Parts: sequence; structure tokens; C-alpha cells
Amino acid sequence: MSDALLDTLRNVETPEGIELKLAVAGPVVRALAWGIDSLIRIGIYAGLAVIMLSAIPGGLGIGLYFIAVFVVGWFYFVVFEVYRDGATPGKSAMNLRVLHDDATPVGWSASMVRNLLRFVDFLPILYGFGLISMLLSRDFKRLGDVVAGTVVVYKDNARGGSAPPAAAPVAPNYPLSLEEQQALVSFAERSTQLTEERNQELAELTGPLTGGQDPGQTLAQVFGIANWIAGRR
Amino acid sequence: MNQEQFIARHEPQWQRLEQWLDADADRRKRKAQWNGEQQLDFPYLYRQVCHHLALARSRLYSQQLINRLDSLVLRAHQRFYRPTVNLREKLIEFAAAGFPTQVRREWRLVALAAVLFFGPLLSMLSVQQLYPEMVYTLMDQQQVQTFEAMYSPDHAERIGREGDSQSDFLMFGFYIRNNTGIGFQTFAGGLLFGLGSVFFLLFNGLYIGAVAGHLTQMGHGGPFWSFVAGHSALELTAIVLSGAAGLKLGGALIKPGRLSRLRSLRSAARGAITIVYGAALMFFAAAFVEAFWSSIAWVPAPVKYTVGLGLWLVVLGYFARMGRGAT
Repeated sequence: MSDALLDTLRNVETPEGIELKLAVAGPVVRALAWGIDSLIRIGIYAGLAVIMLSAIPGGLGIGLYFIAVFVVGWFYFVVFEVYRDGATPGKSAMNLRVLHDDATPVGWSASMVRNLLRFVDFLPILYGFGLISMLLSRDFKRLGDVVAGTVVVYKDNARGGSAPPAAAPVAPNYPLSLEEQQALVSFAERSTQLTEERNQELAELTGPLTGGQDPGQTLAQVFGIANWIAGRR
Repeated sequence: MNQEQFIARHEPQWQRLEQWLDADADRRKRKAQWNGEQQLDFPYLYRQVCHHLALARSRLYSQQLINRLDSLVLRAHQRFYRPTVNLREKLIEFAAAGFPTQVRREWRLVALAAVLFFGPLLSMLSVQQLYPEMVYTLMDQQQVQTFEAMYSPDHAERIGREGDSQSDFLMFGFYIRNNTGIGFQTFAGGLLFGLGSVFFLLFNGLYIGAVAGHLTQMGHGGPFWSFVAGHSALELTAIVLSGAAGLKLGGALIKPGRLSRLRSLRSAARGAITIVYGAALMFFAAAFVEAFWSSIAWVPAPVKYTVGLGLWLVVLGYFARMGRGAT
């Protein structure tokens, strides 16, 4: 059933036999991250210009400035990706990171390749080829990602779990399939994030499970069943 | 077993793993942890938690529990498979064996790149002696005059620069930015089925040949040739190598052999990037020589030619002999 649904999850099978699900990031959020990175780099160039050209006089200062601009221009991305968990400041701000295809942290070779090929991705203007590649690729990969074998994913934030509402456990009046059980328990755990009206609306969809109950009791009944399934007896 | 029992039984292990990963992320705490009393069998615990995740998924426990275990397994997976970088060893191995052997492995592409670069260079150079106006097919009057001024024999201290007062360090920085940038672009152009690399090699070859030819037939050959003698070995070879790396990428797209184009491109990229690292280092060295040695006007020409020849022998010898016998 889940195979038929459309999503941007990329499945990676690990040697331990587990399938990791990575949420790949699309062009818009990557463009925003790049925009933030560009602003930061412009700031760095300006700062370096001020420091080096005013503090160190003459040719030495200009030479150092050229070298610094070269290093920052070509290696800004690489250093952050390799040493800061796959995320430049712009990507961190948008909650993204760069990983190898097999979900391992990105290494030097892959990072260098994907960043040196930015030159091609940037053609004809403003990442035109890169955008086309992202739209054609299944995992939103630009040309640099395709060649280097990397992928840009959303960082997995530890989602704060919320305890389901306390309710007296109630056994369901007919056996439920595993999917249905999972749906009920997940609903109970999510209920604190939804409004009261929405909770009520969803609880009333259960039909025969809570049939015959007066509307005020439906929600409590559903929570009770969820607690029973989860084992909070 | 229902969800609550499952959580109650295994929660201590998950928390232990989470604490371990949190402490590991902090450099100070990591050292304390590694040397501490309560050592953790990380691989064993990681496999255990993978097992728990598989159970939770197959038993369809709540999505919240599955997500939590998902995140935990992903974090642990990344810690477990993090590549260990020993930079110093890798650099030494690269310089002593990795780089020259890779270049020798790709000698056909290097030869092709050399032909694409030196061919136009030498032809333009020789044609210019007969038809001096060929230089104007590539650059306009003002650029030609700039070059003539840069390499004029009247320069007191420094040749090859647009003004006597520009400092060595400034030019060092300029050359690094300019030349390494050209090298990287030549490499990246290879992705366009090799055409970008071909274009850059041809264009740079023609351009340098035009400048050299024009100055030689004008009679200003002395300052120019003594200027380029020093760093030519490093810089021209680096350009050819960048082109070869780009051609390797293009070749992987055009002739993938028995692999899909994508796989072929990926495996070619790994080899090509090695060559690019080495070419970048050669560009740095060339910039150093160009900025601090090549432009000194008071060093007599024979000395410069000797140094230049010596560097050519060193470079060619390095690629021909270094790293042989080491497997």
C-alpha cells in the first residue's frame, strides 16, 4: 500500500539489514540555503577586504586578500561539509545536510567533486543546469551530486514525543488489524498537537468501533482503546 | 508483546546509546568516555537497536516510537560508518605514489590533453613568425600592447607585470586565484562530454602560443622566455593534467563500457579528482615560482634557462619514475 504513495523518502539499506529513510530536499530550499551561504561569503569577502587591505599595507595585503578570496571561494563549502557534519551555515539554517548515497557522512573526495562541479551546474545562468538535473533526478540531485554520489537531505530532528492522554483502557469490541492498531495509537500520541474539534472529528471516523456511544464519549473511547492496544492497562 | 512492555524492556539500552552518542559529539566528553570506566560495546548496542527498530516496524508499533528509533539508528549509523581521516599519511602517500601512478594510469588521456594544448600552442607560435598579424585574431590592439609593455626589455626590476610597483606577494595571490581557477574550470568543463575541457585546452594553448609568438617575432623574446622558463614546467603540466582529468569525465560519459553512464561517471570522478588535487598543488607551486622568481630582472637569462630546464627534468622524472615498485 505504501509503495503506491508519492513521497520524497529515499530508502537506504544498511549492512545491518535496516532500511533508513532519508527525506531528500528539493530545489527551493536548497536555493534558499545557497542564498544564505552567498550572503555569508560576501560578508566574509568584505570583512577580509577591510582587515587585510587596511591592516596590512601594500602588496602583501592585496596578495593575502587574493589568496584568501580564492580559498574561501573554492573551499568554503568543502570545509564545512567535511568538518561540520555535512552542513554549511546556509544549509544548517534551512535544516539540511549533505550525505553520501548510503547515508554515511560525506568525505573529502565526494565533497571536492560536488563543489568543483558547481562550475558546470551554474551554467547557463544561476544554476540552470543544476536545476534541470534536480528536476529530472529522483533524489533531487544536481550534476555535482550525481557525479559525487551524494544527496542533500533534511536533518532528522529528534521529534519531541508527547505522552498520549490518560484514559481508562478499554478493549475494542472486535479484533483490529495491525495497521488499524497503529493508526489508533499514533492518533492518540498526536492528539496533543491537534485542536479539540479536530480530535473529535477524527475520532468520529472510527464508525463501528465507537458506534452507539454518545458524541461526548467518542473521543475518550478512542483514547481508551489506544491505551489498551499500547498496553497501558 | 505490546508496545508498553517493549518500551519498558528496551528503554535503558536506547537511553544508554543516546547518552553515548551525545557525549561522543562533544570533543571533551568524548575523550573522557573513551578512557572511562564504563566502556560501551558500541557495535553490539548499535546492532541491538537496529533489531529493535526492525521489530517495532514489523509489529507496527506507534509511529512515534518508530520515528524515535529511526532517528537513533540513523545517528548511530553515521557515527559507526564515519570515515577516519589521517590527513598526514594520506598526503604523503598521495605525493609519493598515489598521484604519479594515477597520472601514469591515464597516460593516454594525458597525451591527448598534451596534444590539444601544445599542438595549438606550437603551431600558433611558429605561424606567427611568418604571419605576425595572426595575433590579432585572438586579442585586440590594447591587449597586445599590454603584453608588449609587460615583457619590455626596459623594465628595471620586474618583468611580466603591469607596473613595477606591484609587489611579489600581490602577484602570488593573483596567480593562485587566476591559474588554479583556470585549472578547475578546465576540469569541470569535462562534464559537458569532454567538450569544455577540449575548448579550454585549445583556447589556452592558442592564447599562450599567440603571446609567445608575437613577442618572439617582435624581438622581445628574451624577457618573455626567461620569465616563463622557471614556472612553465609546473604550470603547463598542471594545465594539461586538469584537461586530462576533465577528459576522463567526458570519456566516462561518451564511452561507459559495460557500466551505466552514471556508474561510469562516478568511478571516473574518483580517479579524476586525484589528478585535480595534484594539479592544484602544482598550480600553487607554479604561482610561487612565478611570483617570487620568474619576474626578477637582474638574474641573467642563462641562469633562468638552466633553472627552467632543471624543473622540467624534475617534473618529467617525477611522473615517470616516482611510485614505481610500490603496490
